Amino acid sequence: MTTVELLVYIAVCAVATFATRVLPFVALARQAEHPLILHLGRYLPPAVMMILVIYALRDFRPLADGRLNVAPDGWPVVIASLVVVGLHLWRRHALLSIVGGTGAYMAMVQLGVTP
Amino acid sequence: MPTRHAWHEAGVTTLPVMFGYLPLGAAFGILAIEVGIPAWGAVLMSLVIYAGAGQFLAVALLAAGAGLVEVAVATLMLNSRHLFYALSLLKRFQGAGWRKPYLVFALTDETYSLLTTHSGERGLDHAQAFRISLLDQLWWVLGTVAGVLIGTTLAFDSRGIEFALTALFIVLTLEQVRRLRQWLPFAIALVTGLGAVLLLPDRHLLLGAIGAASLVLLADYRRRQDPPEDDPA
Repeated sequence: MTTVELLVYIAVCAVATFATRVLPFVALARQAEHPLILHLGRYLPPAVMMILVIYALRDFRPLADGRLNVAPDGWPVVIASLVVVGLHLWRRHALLSIVGGTGAYMAMVQLGVTP
Repeated sequence: MPTRHAWHEAGVTTLPVMFGYLPLGAAFGILAIEVGIPAWGAVLMSLVIYAGAGQFLAVALLAAGAGLVEVAVATLMLNSRHLFYALSLLKRFQGAGWRKPYLVFALTDETYSLLTTHSGERGLDHAQAFRISLLDQLWWVLGTVAGVLIGTTLAFDSRGIEFALTALFIVLTLEQVRRLRQWLPFAIALVTGLGAVLLLPDRHLLLGAIGAASLVLLADYRRRQDPPEDDPA
């Protein structure tokens, strides 16, 4: 692949990615105050956040193949997530919750500790 | 707010994203080098494309010798969930002036999460949103640079550090629950999210779930419109 081909390839990816982000802003510029847009602006972010959590945890499937999923990424993800929730309900300090949960996860994954 | 203080605050806000983006960006850099993309190409991709999964897909398709049309279509499909992100930010980005094009360009999952949670009722000011967006991309680009420099020999055992992004999403969801105090969007997300996990292949999962959630919210909006005296708020 020549330098020019690579540049064209990157440009196509960049334009396609930007298109998905900019399209509504261009197409609906005058509709920002529409009650439907306000409704989505209020309720979509929390829904998306929860979906991202489910997406991040999707590899944990307790009853996949009819048995308990004890793959290396199964239980550590769940336990670390519970650590995050517990820490956050306790101290409500975002960084502490994230660092605590991530530390727990790294320890479990690197030391191979799986219940 | 003094500028120095504002940058410091933005830095603290984006710390969890940093923990996620540095290793993921590095992983991207390493992968790009492995399939034969020059170092400058990998860094350029993180500068002008700036989409986590999108860039991994681009590298994979490049390695597989895919054509430009295939790449464009695949990228559009993968990133179409951003359409819904933009929908919910139309009003918030109003009046952002010269910062707006960059705010729109830099709208990743993680930046969207930070911007929609750390806003409060009066709204996050555009300058701060810009700082957060810029720092997030800085972490991504720095990670990519580290990845192409290090190649395949990682000195620090960073296995598992990418969990920081999962932790970030959990914390932001808890914050949204506290802020909104309504169960509806979370119930919708639970149903569409779990439904998508069970029914859809991995690459369509996020789009399917977020698209379905948007449609349910649309139906909910129509339902609330029916009795005219019912206030949608």
